[in-house]
Amino acid sequence: MNSLMRSFLARALVSICWSAAAALAEPSNPRLSPTNIFAPLSTPAQSIFDLSLLVLDITCAIFIVVFALLVYAAIKFRKRGTAHVHEPTQVYGSTQLELAWTVIPVLVVVVLFLASARVIASIQNADRPANAIQVTVIGHQFWWEYRYPSLGVVTANELHIPVSDPSKPIPTFLTLLSADTDHSFWVPRLAGKTDLIPNHPNRMWMDPHEMGVYLGQCAQYCGTQHALMLLRVYVETPDAFNRWIENQRQPAQVNGAPEGQKIFERTACVNCHTVRGTAAIGRFGPDLTHLMSRDTIASGAATNTPENLRRWIQNPDAIKPGSKMPAMGLSDPELNSVTAYMETLR
Amino acid sequence: MPTESVVKPAAELGTRSPLVERLHSWVTTVDHKRLGLLYIFYALIFLLFGGIEATIMRIQLIRPLNSFVSPQVFNRMFTMHGTTMIFFFAMPIMFGFANYLVPLMIGARDMAFPRLNAFSFWMTAFGGLLLYFSFVGGDGLYGAGSAPDVGWFAYAPLTSKTFSQGHSTDFWILALLVSGFGSVGTAINIIATIICMRCKGMSLGKMPLLAWLTLTMAGLVILAVSPLTAAQLMLLVDRYLGGHFFDTQAGGSAVMWMHFFWVFGHPEVYVLVLPAFAFASEIIPVFSRKAIFGYPIMVAATVCIGFIGMSVWAHHMFTVGMTSTANSFFVLSTMAIAVPTGIKIFNWLATMWGGQIEFRTPMLFCVAFLFQFLIAGLTGIMMGAAPFDWQLSASYFVVAHFHYVIVGGILFTLFAAVYYWFPKMSGKMYSETLGKLHFWLFVIGFHLTFDFMHIPGILGMPRRIYTYEPGRGWDIWNLIVTIGVFFQAAGLLVFIANLFRSYFRGRVAGSDPWDAWTLEWSTTSPPPAYNFAVIPGVKSRRPLWDLKHPEDPDWHYE
Repeated sequence: MNSLMRSFLARALVSICWSAAAALAEPSNPRLSPTNIFAPLSTPAQSIFDLSLLVLDITCAIFIVVFALLVYAAIKFRKRGTAHVHEPTQVYGSTQLELAWTVIPVLVVVVLFLASARVIASIQNADRPANAIQVTVIGHQFWWEYRYPSLGVVTANELHIPVSDPSKPIPTFLTLLSADTDHSFWVPRLAGKTDLIPNHPNRMWMDPHEMGVYLGQCAQYCGTQHALMLLRVYVETPDAFNRWIENQRQPAQVNGAPEGQKIFERTACVNCHTVRGTAAIGRFGPDLTHLMSRDTIASGAATNTPENLRRWIQNPDAIKPGSKMPAMGLSDPELNSVTAYMETLR
Repeated sequence: MPTESVVKPAAELGTRSPLVERLHSWVTTVDHKRLGLLYIFYALIFLLFGGIEATIMRIQLIRPLNSFVSPQVFNRMFTMHGTTMIFFFAMPIMFGFANYLVPLMIGARDMAFPRLNAFSFWMTAFGGLLLYFSFVGGDGLYGAGSAPDVGWFAYAPLTSKTFSQGHSTDFWILALLVSGFGSVGTAINIIATIICMRCKGMSLGKMPLLAWLTLTMAGLVILAVSPLTAAQLMLLVDRYLGGHFFDTQAGGSAVMWMHFFWVFGHPEVYVLVLPAFAFASEIIPVFSRKAIFGYPIMVAATVCIGFIGMSVWAHHMFTVGMTSTANSFFVLSTMAIAVPTGIKIFNWLATMWGGQIEFRTPMLFCVAFLFQFLIAGLTGIMMGAAPFDWQLSASYFVVAHFHYVIVGGILFTLFAAVYYWFPKMSGKMYSETLGKLHFWLFVIGFHLTFDFMHIPGILGMPRRIYTYEPGRGWDIWNLIVTIGVFFQAAGLLVFIANLFRSYFRGRVAGSDPWDAWTLEWSTTSPPPAYNFAVIPGVKSRRPLWDLKHPEDPDWHYE
């Protein structure tokens, strides 16, 4: 009863003290933000959320106790009047009291440690089931490369994975690599973040319970355009996911814009970009084979419209200053042709 | 062990010497009080620099897709802000107070090594100049970059030649290397002073708590700064001699840099917070009119924080992919440090309990510190739970948390200390009205900025981004956070105005304006070069209490 009361008090304080926390602590309410960590939709994010509620309860209880003592002492024992009166009784310490406020915190620490250790093990040491989707995520300055090694698909920035019904789970396991500096993969509603570090492969997993598009972004400072290294996760039905995979495996259908293709392959574009089925086999930039199947360009910095594409090819710095893609100095007709070529890459 | 400055302070000679001579006497001084004041002045100037950089960042983030500064400039601003505030504001000002106060409080005439003291100060000062020279010289031969833009913890491989051309990173390395030598020199000096130069009767158990906390801080400086210095040297080898310690393209390890940096970086937090605790432990008893509660356990908790503080560094690295065992260990050590810290908070409360609390400006800042440090500790516990940290780490929640520690905890007690010891250092009383105005402006600004900064973190906003798109639910919080900055800036201006006004026009303070109990108040304000005409002897932790209450001295009870 007592502990119930305390937990109730703590929750009440959550709603009072943490402005907006009442709404935040309401699970599955992403209205505040599409990246609310308190609106989890996948097992790792959910177990983190459960632990965080316990931690919030305990810390709020501690806050109430100490804050009440502080306010009481500051008001009750404030000096009244200006006249100099006798010095108060000098107290030098109390073994019992000091023992109490040593032992009780030790017990709290033990509880918090055990609860954390359990969640750490459950997330980090989870086994990978045989049906899990495997994706290799490679961080680049300033975009994401996704490789599905067993499915033969390479894409960028927008990750597609199947929804994972808790009764028939299809989790996705990510292997995290980096091509240059440190990055961090963070989609708050699906899982905590894990860093992508060169020479230091990491892994993480998620099993989204609901379909939808989930936003995230790089969470480890990686250079000039760290801010616009955005990412999206598209969670689809297994059927839709399979159709997407099927489409992505096809080489590019390149017969719509021969002029643009010629310019593309004549300039330095091909040093960095791949269009499968053509002469373009560069690896530094995103694979463009199915560029038009993506909703955004420049790692989420702009929506994928013909105007934005043209602007991006003309001068990447206008959309994403500091991006690693150079402006190629194309003439207006050349720009139109290359944009038209891009638009055929469906 | 009396020492003399080369040039006697002019005031003692009864005449005012020419300006150039007075300046010369400050540059060549080896007096611990003058060096302490130099540290403090120097640090306050860097506080302004760091504050301006913070303001630029906050203006950029006041609304989504703002274009007040370019990403390149923004990245330089947060790098310079962090580096400046930690290495050239917080550490030097703590050394300044340690320099000024420790010899006075233990009844000594100077630090153990006055020349080393001057050397250390000028190394630190030179380091700060090197860092800021990067704005001019950072372009180097490459014409790339000006001030460093690698973040204050400068993760590899961003610092390698490949990703950081020009010399900006070199200035960053050299600045920290040079000021690091200064820090270690001062730390050695503090330890030697406290161990060897206490006055008669002052056993270790009778030192003021400030001396204990400063001693522990100095020990941590030696343990923490040395690995940082080593890492900076290794980075220089990488950049100029073809080494591959952190050069991942040649098989080096980025994670090793993280370990090197945080094995410095976390103890550094305690290097800064222990002096803050020290100020609170001196100020709270005096304004509550009571002896510090539980002196022995306060000392034990301090030393305990020192030891445990050396074993928690990898809680900054919960997201880098350590094993579950390692993560669990660092959860335990991080949580464990809450115990001695909690003891301290309870003991300060118990000191106030039953007292007659007088809310002068220093005490106001200390009470706000207690409240804010409590919250900082509790958000620290949240991030100490590693899984919770997987969400919170590198988000604005972390930024809010550590500013709660560094501003809400450390800067607030620093203001308290400046007001509390200003009468001793200048001989003049500060203006209580301006002091309280400063306090309220700063409290309002602080809470507007850093309370609301937690929320975008919870809503998924990473730190170190120069812009964000609308529709993520972050806009309103960033607006409030930026508004708070202007209150803080106003408070800071009132603070500086108060210092100048009081120095020139304040009323004479007298040697003991607070009716306090430690030895620095037994000499004149400001103290003479030799501190004490006769080296005092003490019988208890509060020698001036014994003097004022001969009928009921402390040594009856200790």
